[in-house]
Amino acid sequence: MIYQGKGPSHESKQSLWLLTAAPMIWAGHFILCYVTTAIWIEKVAGRDASLLPMRLTIGGYTLLAFIGIGVVFGIGNRRRNLDTEKKSTDNDTPDCRHRFLGFATILLCCLSVVATLFTSLAAVFVQTTH
Amino acid sequence: MLNDANPSQELKEAQERRLLKAWQTPKGWRYWSEVNNTSVGLWYTIAAFGFFLFAGVLALLIRIQLAIPNNDFLSADTYNQVFTMHGSVMMFLFAVPIFEAISILLMPQMLGARDLPFPRLSSFGFWCYLIGGLFVCGSIFFDAAPKGGWFMYPPLTTDYQTGIGADIWLLGLSFIEIASLAAAVELIVGVLKCRPPGMRINLIPLYAWYILVVGAMILFAFPPLIAGDILLELERLLDWPFFDPERGGNPLLWQHLFWIFGHPEVYIVFLPSIALVAMIVPTFARTRMVGYSWIVLAAVGTGFLSFGLWVHHMFTTGLPGISLSFFSAASEAVAIPTGIQFFCFLATLIAGKVTRSVPILFVSAGLATFIIGGLTGVMVALVPFDFQAHDTYFIVGHLHYVLVGGTIFPIIAGIYYFYPMVTGKLLSDKLGYASFWFLIVGFNVTFFPMHISGLIGMPRRVFTYPAGAGFDILNLVSSIGAGILAIGFAIFLWDFLRPRKRQPYAPRNPWNAGTPEWLAHSPSKPWGVRSVPEVKARYPIWDQPNFVEDVDEGRFYLPDAKEERRETLISSIVDSVPQYCHRLSSPSFLPLTAALFTGGTFVFATFHYWWSAAICAGFSFATIVAWLWTGTATIPEKPDKRIKGEQRAPLYLSGSKSVGWWAMFITMLGDFTAFASLIFAYFFYWTASEEFISQAMSREMITLFIASCCCGLLAWLSTLLARKLNKWETSVLYFVAIAFSAICSLSGATLIVIALRNSGFDPTADVYPAIVWVISLWMGLHLALGGVMQLYCLARKAAKRMTGEYDIDIQNVSLYWHFAALTTAITILTLCGFPSLA
Repeated sequence: MIYQGKGPSHESKQSLWLLTAAPMIWAGHFILCYVTTAIWIEKVAGRDASLLPMRLTIGGYTLLAFIGIGVVFGIGNRRRNLDTEKKSTDNDTPDCRHRFLGFATILLCCLSVVATLFTSLAAVFVQTTH
Repeated sequence: MLNDANPSQELKEAQERRLLKAWQTPKGWRYWSEVNNTSVGLWYTIAAFGFFLFAGVLALLIRIQLAIPNNDFLSADTYNQVFTMHGSVMMFLFAVPIFEAISILLMPQMLGARDLPFPRLSSFGFWCYLIGGLFVCGSIFFDAAPKGGWFMYPPLTTDYQTGIGADIWLLGLSFIEIASLAAAVELIVGVLKCRPPGMRINLIPLYAWYILVVGAMILFAFPPLIAGDILLELERLLDWPFFDPERGGNPLLWQHLFWIFGHPEVYIVFLPSIALVAMIVPTFARTRMVGYSWIVLAAVGTGFLSFGLWVHHMFTTGLPGISLSFFSAASEAVAIPTGIQFFCFLATLIAGKVTRSVPILFVSAGLATFIIGGLTGVMVALVPFDFQAHDTYFIVGHLHYVLVGGTIFPIIAGIYYFYPMVTGKLLSDKLGYASFWFLIVGFNVTFFPMHISGLIGMPRRVFTYPAGAGFDILNLVSSIGAGILAIGFAIFLWDFLRPRKRQPYAPRNPWNAGTPEWLAHSPSKPWGVRSVPEVKARYPIWDQPNFVEDVDEGRFYLPDAKEERRETLISSIVDSVPQYCHRLSSPSFLPLTAALFTGGTFVFATFHYWWSAAICAGFSFATIVAWLWTGTATIPEKPDKRIKGEQRAPLYLSGSKSVGWWAMFITMLGDFTAFASLIFAYFFYWTASEEFISQAMSREMITLFIASCCCGLLAWLSTLLARKLNKWETSVLYFVAIAFSAICSLSGATLIVIALRNSGFDPTADVYPAIVWVISLWMGLHLALGGVMQLYCLARKAAKRMTGEYDIDIQNVSLYWHFAALTTAITILTLCGFPSLA
């Protein structure tokens, strides 16, 4: 019989969806930035207007995205540190699998933070709608 | 009494006899009814290479034409057809299908499974692909091929190319996209549910991680193109002005929809090839992969980020600078995960002791070439540079470095590596080295000068150029390089196809690899694995004592096929705990027949033979229903069976544990993405135009739309009720509920048609009525299809093919209805609600 673990590492408490959480936040931030800017320029302010309100809005989105990714990072980190004595993610145990999912989540959080930062830098450097 | 721990020789032979009988390949003309992955995967691979060679010959024609200035080897019109077909065939008929082919062929072995969960679906996908591919390729012999470039931009393909070529492209390739979606369903469910016991999610082969990501990418990338195809074909066929600016349309919408597909597509072809590298590198480095978790990060991260890049193909279309910057930023960010996996490969090669071989040589060629393409990719991701390089030969050079380095070289490495596993014979080392040098030299001589010709201003897609403009020598060099490249491919092809009757069989696992696919015998057996192993390591052949012997002796799961049926184990997603024994489909001509009729529908529609198309569609529908009725959700003759020792597993499970439920879920995710693309189109028009909502809906139309929505929601709720009633075995009430839900669904669909007919909305007059028609017809079609499914469930229960316990059909139809109800609600909120807000 395959051992499914106990406590937090039991299979019933695991899901692959957590892996996608941080990149989903990046995707949400990215789409919000793109859509809000498009609507602002095409429908509200026009192509000659100031971009300042948009830049502040994107700053707000970025802050929210960082908080979201931070929460996911916290969950991933807890999983990774399931048993502080052992750090392996390579073995055939529920604990290793648990740590692996936590570690992969953390890595994806780091990538998502960098990608979100890249997107928001557009609002830092680009000052006009042209 | 069976003793799985130590079976007697007599018992072992009996088990093998039964397994062989269950899995034997049909003989004679019935061979083409085979659905086993080893046959279908092989046909798929050979067909993909056939199309690759065809597109390669087209490339040579291009290079002959461009070898000297003012050449008249090809006319401008023929040249347009040739380069369009080269790009389209390479991308749609080779790059994506070859990954599906290789995965269908190899993945079950990598997962220690007997086959993927839906063999007939794989077979259907293959036949669709072959028929559609032959149709599209054949057009060039009748001077009727598409000629708008592989991305088919309107208005070029609407106002200026009135021939049948664009229709062949749109309908032929849409048909092939069905095959890709079918493969995505098969492969995702395969990775999630068909793993051997114990192969936890942290132990699965890296190839499987990549395929899981790529399968998910297909679900979200292909549907926008299908939505775009529908809109473009409707404009060409019925004059609905989706891309005509004079009637409110916008050609940029096509570019958005195409590239939302087109850029992830690049990674859809790149990641599976890199997955092959991830399997080959540890074998020849003689050590485990360094940074397994980091590669998972890279695969998942690339999959996501690749969806934020599409506008970098549209930098010169006049979008606001800040919008371009978002996409430029994401295009730079995607280099991070791409780089991470390359560092992992290099670290593994450094950590291990590399043995010289043809596969690892092609791997290193692939990595080096891709890095050059990646660096020029970072350059063109910068908006100011792209303004200069856009639509020049610099881009042609860049994309070939990426695609050949990231796809072709790794695939050739993979063919050298896996050839003995599939055929039992090794390819020649001598010919391998020779083809390697011709290919690597030929490739660089062909494509490197294109960067320079592009930078000095040579536009892509010109059929000739004037002498003395600075392009002469560079193009001649490229053409000579193409000749060298062709010699390399000819050597490889000869090695691949030459007769091998006298060549002895290769030893089993000739590369001494550690992953489960190398359990395959030489020559291989049709059953895949002798017994489904219990896996406790990423490289079980290296790390699990007596692993190969235990598998061969039948000491693991399903060592026998007592009922002489094809079976594999279905397990849980995270820890791969066995859940049930899945009876796989036997050989059948139904998938081929269904593909022929589906193909007929598309082909006849291309030529506007509407009656013939309708008859084919009817037969296609009937064949698919017959296939479902006779081959799916069959009630087993006993509730469970022994799978190992005294351990038993059920033969039937429904709901989220069953593979059918996951297939429906995944299909509907793809379907919903296509719908979301149409909704995106609606809001895109609103954003891009001041007067998008050009006429108001009448009160009658709104009432009918809302009534249709209510019918849809009632159908959804009564389907859920019917599912409950079926569980409680209350037959009469079940029949009432499911019949009521079918009536609601079909009424909802009818109301939509009545609303549109009486609306006074003329879809040819303006883009607003046209998009309202398309979105509401999409909803109506889903209601009608849901109604058919409900009638199917009614018939299944009446025929006693579904009971309270054996209820896959109603479970899966309920899942469909969750999505259908959501589609209905969003449609009505958008079409009836948004105009009052805007």
